[in-house]
Amino acid sequence: MTNDEIRKEVTKWLDKNWSVDLSLVEWRNKLVDEGWAAPQWPDEYLGRGYTQEQAAVVATVFHEKGAVGAASAGTRRLAAETILAHGSDDQKRRYLRPILTGEHGWCQLFSEPGSGSDLAGASTRAEKIGGEWIINGQKVWNTSAHHADFGILLARSDWDLPKHQGLSYFLINMRQPGIDVRPLKQMNGHASFNEVFMTDAVVPAEDLIGGEGNGWAVASTTLSYERRGFTQSGIGGSIQEPRVGRIYEEYDTEMAVANEPYSWYPQRQGRVDLVLPRARETGAIDDPAVRQEIAKLISMAKGSALASAAAEAKRKSGSNEVIPAGSIGKLAASVIARQAAYVHTMISGADAMRSGVDSAENGMIAETLISTPAISIAGGTDEIQRNIISERVLGMPKEPRSDTGPFRDIKRNA
Amino acid sequence: MDSSQVNHMQTELTEDQKNFKDVVARFMSDKSQPGVVRELMTSEKGYDADVWQQMCSEVGLAGTHIPEEYGGFGFGPIELGIVAEEMGRYLYCGPFFASSVMAGYALLNTATEAHKEKLLPGVAVGTTIATLVLDNLNKPESVGEHLFANDDDILSGTAPIVVDAHVADQLIVIAKTSNGLGLFSVPGGSAGVSVTPLEVLDPTRKLSSVSFDDVIAEKIGDVSKKALNKTWDGICVALAHEMIGGAQYLLESTIDYTKVRVQFGRPIGSFQGLKHRCADLLMEIEFAKAATHHAARCLDAGEGEPYVASMVKAMTSDTYIEAARAGIQLRGGIGFTWENDTHMWFKRAKSSEVFMGTPHLHRERMMTVMEAQS
Repeated sequence: MTNDEIRKEVTKWLDKNWSVDLSLVEWRNKLVDEGWAAPQWPDEYLGRGYTQEQAAVVATVFHEKGAVGAASAGTRRLAAETILAHGSDDQKRRYLRPILTGEHGWCQLFSEPGSGSDLAGASTRAEKIGGEWIINGQKVWNTSAHHADFGILLARSDWDLPKHQGLSYFLINMRQPGIDVRPLKQMNGHASFNEVFMTDAVVPAEDLIGGEGNGWAVASTTLSYERRGFTQSGIGGSIQEPRVGRIYEEYDTEMAVANEPYSWYPQRQGRVDLVLPRARETGAIDDPAVRQEIAKLISMAKGSALASAAAEAKRKSGSNEVIPAGSIGKLAASVIARQAAYVHTMISGADAMRSGVDSAENGMIAETLISTPAISIAGGTDEIQRNIISERVLGMPKEPRSDTGPFRDIKRNA
Repeated sequence: MDSSQVNHMQTELTEDQKNFKDVVARFMSDKSQPGVVRELMTSEKGYDADVWQQMCSEVGLAGTHIPEEYGGFGFGPIELGIVAEEMGRYLYCGPFFASSVMAGYALLNTATEAHKEKLLPGVAVGTTIATLVLDNLNKPESVGEHLFANDDDILSGTAPIVVDAHVADQLIVIAKTSNGLGLFSVPGGSAGVSVTPLEVLDPTRKLSSVSFDDVIAEKIGDVSKKALNKTWDGICVALAHEMIGGAQYLLESTIDYTKVRVQFGRPIGSFQGLKHRCADLLMEIEFAKAATHHAARCLDAGEGEPYVASMVKAMTSDTYIEAARAGIQLRGGIGFTWENDTHMWFKRAKSSEVFMGTPHLHRERMMTVMEAQS
């Protein structure tokens, strides 16, 4: 089909079916039935087998019509793509539809107190007893785990194999007695994440995904979608005004819940946008030392944006060059945030001792100063990014490993 | 930060530009290996006249950015940047920067039409070696404090640092007149001109002081503040390319070294202390390189951030010197020896850092332009 034909078809269908008076779930079930919820998925699994480009045409039409798309917020789409790639026919039939309709929320159960950067060092136990897997251990940094119906879980099923080989990947029901979810309060006062304690939690045998001992490969799929940042979540992602009607109310509630953990994310990036206005307002713009630091910040921010634009252009032109954009961009965000916090501190002076809504920019400066430490940790620490850049981009030799052999013999956290 | 205003500009080199880059790179790799640089930097003239002649007549580089009507190639700042970047990578020794870039830009921006027609063709084909005589190499506002021309176009005063004046056939001079700054030409070796070669930190870039003792000059144009800033910007963006070429060479050669040098039973490049420094350096270079290429596109299109030249001069200066420091440090003791080549790039980095304005002067200039706009 040509893009034009697709555009016509989806437009015609929306004209006939889209109604703001439906409930979210009613509407999304219609979408799933017709394959519009995830047109890039295969025909046999709720999709239409479209290419990414064709799916983007569909997304554009939805956007133009103000029509709500499939549920996409949070971890649910990571789960969906992982199930689509590695799941059994039965798993796909059971799990994919309620993900798209938004009836099931999902969370990611990967990181542990003892394995952060070293994700493959997970030591949550999965033991097969009878027809079930019994799970014991603790996970951490689990966004939205307190709302989630299901989790994607990485756990160790064999302690005698080397660390990457002894892992298995499970789909776990979060609504069970063996699971205890507790919010994790951060240094900036927000609690965007949870800790999840599993004590004899149960996973039915049929909810192992990708086969026993294949957990690392399955997790790699999830992580690759996480890094890609999810282009197809665009369907219904931003709906323009005016937007009145039952379905929008339900949609707004869904998005508010999903976005709540991220309210401080602009602050952790340093609020570069506030630097010049603040400097002018306070008169710090006339201080030569401040001017130097602002100029450095602007140069970094521009340099970073231009470098990623250049990398994007290279990728599009099909260059074979190793393009370091991902890890460099991650590292750049840290450096920029740190410099921005430094400049904000210079600009504010003693006022930076204050916080709360009565302090500068309704407290956003204070929140920036105590949130920027997160950016060089979350999603892979700066140190890990530097390892990736030096080894994969610059081709420098790897460090000798001390984590080979059976996992049970490897030194790990107490 | 908003870069949307320049989104429609090309971000990749065109096929022609890529081919051009290959040609320049091949020529430089052929003619400017470290052994050659070592010979030239200790020679009095500081360049190989045969290579210059070949570069100008066969490859045509001297006229890269000079319009065709003045005998040049008619390319723009992007191609000039390509040439400068490759020259910086290979530490090319020769009067290209003084003649084509500095004098070339000054003539293009400030000479009268008649004098462009008279002077540019020689510069464009390299038969004339020109240099730009500025009495201040720190900031454009200070130009004209030491060189004066009276109403009969008689020049007096001293420019303390001039690039490649010792080999220049034409001195293109910016001097203060009773009516603002003016552009003058003085043939090299004219009566009353004394060119005194200086001892230099970076021997790949030859410097002299140039004194004028009542020298009869020809006035060839008026230099407005705007035209001086435009000339300064053009020179800085070309210099930024030169620096980013050198910085890339340093990173690559340093990484190669860390892969083969073994200590404690392993290549030193496997130690995180070195890896992380290299990763940071790559990031810094990627930013400065992207910004520098962007600056060339801005000059080419006559749009973009008005402070972009100062921004990239500051960024590339810091980046080059950081690359040079890392280049020495990661080689350890051998990096500090004369025998090892790294010091040649280190010295070029240091002299480029302060040439045409230190990073902090450029950051101040950047803020001044930005605030004037807001």
